[in-house]
Amino acid sequence: MKRLFLYVGILAGVLALTGCVTKKPYDYTNFRAHTPRSIVVLPPINQSTDVRGTYSYLSTVTRPLAEMGYYVFPVAEVDELMKENGLPSAGEMHQVPLDKIGEIIGADSVLYVTLKKYGSKYEIISSVTTVSADAKLVDVKTGLTLWEGTVVAQQSSGDSGGGIIGALVTAVVTQVVNSATDPAHDASSMANYQLFTPKDYGLLYGPYFPEDKKK
Amino acid sequence: MDAAKTVNNQKKILFLAVATAAMLTGCQSPDIYYWGHYEKSVYIAYVKPDKATPELQARMMEEDMHKAVSANKPLPPGFHAHLGNLYYQMGKSDLALQEFQKEKTQFPESAVFMDRLIANLSKK
Repeated sequence: MKRLFLYVGILAGVLALTGCVTKKPYDYTNFRAHTPRSIVVLPPINQSTDVRGTYSYLSTVTRPLAEMGYYVFPVAEVDELMKENGLPSAGEMHQVPLDKIGEIIGADSVLYVTLKKYGSKYEIISSVTTVSADAKLVDVKTGLTLWEGTVVAQQSSGDSGGGIIGALVTAVVTQVVNSATDPAHDASSMANYQLFTPKDYGLLYGPYFPEDKKK
Repeated sequence: MDAAKTVNNQKKILFLAVATAAMLTGCQSPDIYYWGHYEKSVYIAYVKPDKATPELQARMMEEDMHKAVSANKPLPPGFHAHLGNLYYQMGKSDLALQEFQKEKTQFPESAVFMDRLIANLSKK
């Protein structure tokens, strides 16, 4: 029995290690040449079936970006300004020319996000929540793409013990809680950290990131 | 393998998962900013606009300002701008102006946008 655990442990370790080396690091040439100080995040285009996706995701995006050292424009106020100016949907906001964004908001870069999946799938024993997104950071002055990334984040509510009856009760309880709080909102936060913070694939550090903390 | 052992294994796996999660989060450096209710306020305003009144949100964020001082951490980008906008919605233009100016002082990158919001205050 112990040996089995050892094997599983080794296998997991190997998987984790190879996961880090097989993917080629992102090419940061444009990013280094035009490192922005500020990022404006437009409400994401929502291709999922859940209408809550756009604003749930939008309200989790500031923290990881700001903690990477960037000035992030207040997302709700940017959204409001766009709406007041006759752009009611994310799709229309994504069409605004860069020079206009520079003029009206004064941002160095724009983050365009498309939500591919957002929501929970309930099964008999548990549920799986998936948030997947594509993101693109564009330099306002030159129009160059500074960075692109994609993420699939999944969270499952597993069996908390107590056999099959316990599991069924847990699934029901989780579903009730979920319908009230939207588990995909938490999964969005997780997705953002996975998207922006990994070394070699995420964003480079911005101007407000403390020197002594850089890895 | 009997049932008792299966349960035991599940416990071990759970323990490993928790330990790994603890290790991973332990590696993360502490936050630069004191976040408080900023993102939460943005979220509930979209999800439950009837319950999340500007007054309620502003009160949560005012508390955050005090807590940030005790925690000795700066408030994050957008915090003062958002609070300012809540004051504006409450009809408190003077307080709104102060917050927009705080945002601009703390983060000069916000100047163009804050000047726009400030100009908007006197328009209405």
